[in-house]
Amino acid sequence: MALQISPGEKYGFFTDTSVCIGCKACEVACKEWNGLQGNQPAFLADSFDNTGQLDAENWRHVKFIEQVPDASTAVGNGQAWLMMSDVCKHCQHASCMQVCPTGAIIRTEFDTVFIQQDVCNGCRNCISACPYSVIGFSSQTGTAHKCTLCYDRLQSSMMPACAKACPTQSIQFGKLSDLQAAADARLTAVKASAPKAQLYGRGGDVYGGLNAFFLLMDKPETYGLPNAANAVLPDRNNFGGYLGALVTGVLAVLAGLIAIRRRREPEPHPIHETSVVAEAEPVGPTATGPAHNGGDGRRRRGSRRPRTRS
Amino acid sequence: MPLVEHFARPPSWLLWILLYFFFAGLGGGAFVLGTLLRLWGARADQRLARTAFLVALPCVLLCPVFLTVDLGQPLRFWHMLAFFAAASPMSVGAFALLLFGVFAFVAFLDALHDTGRLDPFKPFAELLAGPLGAVFYVVGAIFGLFIAGYTGVLLSVSNQPVWSDSWALGGLFLVSGMSGAAALLVLLGVRGRTTTETVERLELADGWFALIELILLIVFLTTVAVAGSLGQAFGRGWVLLWALAILSLLFPILASPTAGRVTTGTSAAMLARVARENAIATAGIVLLGVLALRIAVLFSAQL
Repeated sequence: MALQISPGEKYGFFTDTSVCIGCKACEVACKEWNGLQGNQPAFLADSFDNTGQLDAENWRHVKFIEQVPDASTAVGNGQAWLMMSDVCKHCQHASCMQVCPTGAIIRTEFDTVFIQQDVCNGCRNCISACPYSVIGFSSQTGTAHKCTLCYDRLQSSMMPACAKACPTQSIQFGKLSDLQAAADARLTAVKASAPKAQLYGRGGDVYGGLNAFFLLMDKPETYGLPNAANAVLPDRNNFGGYLGALVTGVLAVLAGLIAIRRRREPEPHPIHETSVVAEAEPVGPTATGPAHNGGDGRRRRGSRRPRTRS
Repeated sequence: MPLVEHFARPPSWLLWILLYFFFAGLGGGAFVLGTLLRLWGARADQRLARTAFLVALPCVLLCPVFLTVDLGQPLRFWHMLAFFAAASPMSVGAFALLLFGVFAFVAFLDALHDTGRLDPFKPFAELLAGPLGAVFYVVGAIFGLFIAGYTGVLLSVSNQPVWSDSWALGGLFLVSGMSGAAALLVLLGVRGRTTTETVERLELADGWFALIELILLIVFLTTVAVAGSLGQAFGRGWVLLWALAILSLLFPILASPTAGRVTTGTSAAMLARVARENAIATAGIVLLGVLALRIAVLFSAQL
């Protein structure tokens, strides 16, 4: 049956890390479809990972987390060697959207978060805000890039490339409500053998819920993901930041007034105050200003500057 | 309280943004000080008030240049002015910078007219000499304060370590900008023909600014320490820049303007010269501290 993807519905990914085998087919398919060249190959000495991170050239990244104990154990409970295909979470409360000053980052008709390449001006504010280190800056285009959840494929009712390529259905694509139901069932199934298993981003406790959410086999921090307590939006500091600046501004102006304020003389006078500089280093009558400008070099209303030409 | 965990990538805001933050502080601060001198200073202070406005515009004009050069797509700078996001300090700041530029430009022309170089501006200058002018300069000063301080809020409104761990950055950058502007005006005032008393008053103001800045710096570092990011802020030798920033504040706080108190006698000239040299040295150190603070804040979180 042909996949039907309708604008106005919420779509996303459910990534079940318990069945990820670390094949990186998702990374390859993503690059292939989206025309990403990838970075120069590098030996990272980090398990089987040679991708390194999500960035402008990597919109899917399989993380390898080795927790193999020194002593042999009977059952690893799925926690000894964790693999997770990481991706943009398409947050309901997206930090990147919050700070974008150009409106380049929008929520699409499929409820995904999308960077409009023709609007982005490369300020990189979204990079400073994204708590998942998802967005990367491309020096080739001068703009920010991340997973589009294959926006062009969705428009043609095609499944995103990574989900299509995943051989174990670790990456599942579909309507968010369907995915959430599947995730709940899957959690129930694995919980008996993996007590630490938990859904990440399924509910609203992390950024209002994630359209790309996960079944994790350990706590979020193990995967480099902020837990619910640390999943905070950048605008939390707006109020405190502006209030702090306001109070400081008032104090600074008051301090400036205390230091600077003094009674202005009613009538201009050529020599109206004692000037040690003038006394020490006389610079002629212009030291306190010519008579026509009130002694301070400032022209008064009605006073005319001597003209040098007729 | 649990330590804050950060998984955000640094945005690579380096040299150009550093320069932007530096000149935004000086430009905004100079306008504020110019306004204080103009509206609440004596006649003898008006020369330095004009200098402040003449300095503010070039500083403000440099800001969009640095910002634009730092963009990945510089020709799309105007995209920031075609969209407004109240929650984004960068968006609010782009409009504030534009508006403050208008105030700085008019004040610049007014100051230029006061020096007798811009006669066509006379009708506007007469308007600005009245109550309307006072309102104009006060509103401009509010924008100046915003420009000096919002850059700190911009950094805080992120998920970066150090920056987002404190609410104090906005105030810190604001008062640091004021302090830097006062130091700059002292330098220009000492070297020019300004009376010593005006310079002294600015030195006194700088002492107050430095005291407020020192308190805020302690608050900032405390909040960063509570969040567990102090190691990053002080690591890689950044601690030296923090130390320089703190040390630079002690000079204006401890400095005591003395030149104006001795007005006669043969020692007066010598004392005046010493006071002048002290003022120059202190101002130079303050400006270095303003730069060091911004380097430490910007770079320690990113490199």
